[in-house]
Amino acid sequence: MPHSQDPGPQDEATGTRPQEHDHRHDHDHDHDHTVPSAIALRVRALETLMVDKGLVDPAALDAIIETYETRIGPRNGARVVARAWTDPAYLDRLRRDATAAIAELGYGGRQGEHMRVVENTPQVHNLVVCTLCSCYPWSVLGLPPTWYKSSAYRARAVIAPREVLAGFGVMLPDTVEVRVWDSTAEIRYLVLPERPAGTEGWSEDRLADLVTRDSMIGVARLAPPTGAAA
Amino acid sequence: MNSVHDMGGMDGLGEIDPTPDPALFHAPWEARVLALVLASAAWGRWTLDTMRFHRERIPAADYLAFSYYEKWLAALVDLLVRRDLLTAEELSTGRPDPARPVQTPALPACAVAGRLAAGSPTERAGGRAPMLVVGQAVRARNDHPAGHTRLPRYVRGRTGRITALHGCHVFADANAMGLGEQPQALYQVRFEGAELWGGRAEPRSAVYLDLWEDHLEPVR
Repeated sequence: MPHSQDPGPQDEATGTRPQEHDHRHDHDHDHDHTVPSAIALRVRALETLMVDKGLVDPAALDAIIETYETRIGPRNGARVVARAWTDPAYLDRLRRDATAAIAELGYGGRQGEHMRVVENTPQVHNLVVCTLCSCYPWSVLGLPPTWYKSSAYRARAVIAPREVLAGFGVMLPDTVEVRVWDSTAEIRYLVLPERPAGTEGWSEDRLADLVTRDSMIGVARLAPPTGAAA
Repeated sequence: MNSVHDMGGMDGLGEIDPTPDPALFHAPWEARVLALVLASAAWGRWTLDTMRFHRERIPAADYLAFSYYEKWLAALVDLLVRRDLLTAEELSTGRPDPARPVQTPALPACAVAGRLAAGSPTERAGGRAPMLVVGQAVRARNDHPAGHTRLPRYVRGRTGRITALHGCHVFADANAMGLGEQPQALYQVRFEGAELWGGRAEPRSAVYLDLWEDHLEPVR
């Protein structure tokens, strides 16, 4: 593995020292983290400059990252979906004013300021994309996955949604209408997946555990739980 | 602007990799870039619309080669210099120029939760009264602005139908360019697949877009 001439102090941006690679990392991908990448060094230099200049507070940066690592993620959206499945009055409020109904559960704010919910049915399947950037409902789903931000997804979802869905293992018969939501303005869309058969009588918590991020973007359908009658 | 960020319907941009990828960040620097961008946004020196425009201005070849957070970094540095918050000299030396004191206070850690929870709502009371109605047939204007626009190329000149009115929202096209908020009606418009993609359209498919009144004209 290539090593830098002078490893220097621990790299705050990558969190690695060359000699520590073997026992600090147990991840299974093959990126070479032994030498901080050029971009890691650039980012560290920019952050240091901005901190020294008083433009940013490093504790605030940590707090922002911690928020998206621990508090704002697809679990939020799953709770919205589970509530909608179990509480018809809530579903009604969600249809009329999704932003307010989602705020009832404590979710809102950045990239969730104006929400709409679109419902999958046996006749209609919904899929969300942003062709101009990678807009995504952060408040209920957290930060977008890599494929959602990819050029290929942004390009294909609007022209070939069935083909895109098939790539994710969702085979839609031609009898089902596919609606693509290109969220290029400031409205963010959450897909309400169909409730799987075999979950009758389940608690909201148990239902929320079934709901996946991908099902709320629209690239997955929820399978009946193992052991449940189809 | 008609650059490669406007990707809807393009061919040749590779395959989608649907492999589950639970990692939020693929290197620690990505998280730091996210945090720097969000902390800088709190100064109010630019809007998210302006930031988006600066990402679109990344030269097309770079735009395609950069990862998501590389685009974020490039646009942030560009704006920091353009708005006189950092100089090229400071960026190259890595040291603050004592002759150029900080112009805007840092977002403190205790204010982070409040900022993220507040977000930046774009709906505005008042504004121009809507001139179009739900159910009406509309055509997306065949406009090609050189600045920021939320009117994707693939709908320009195409006919759809208004399916909802979202209220009056800050007009991103104007706001991004420093022309003020110009709040106006934001409509949800449904375009049938065949109208957008001709014979290549998949059966029973439609695309919904949220478009501002200035993007639309009634079909008579």
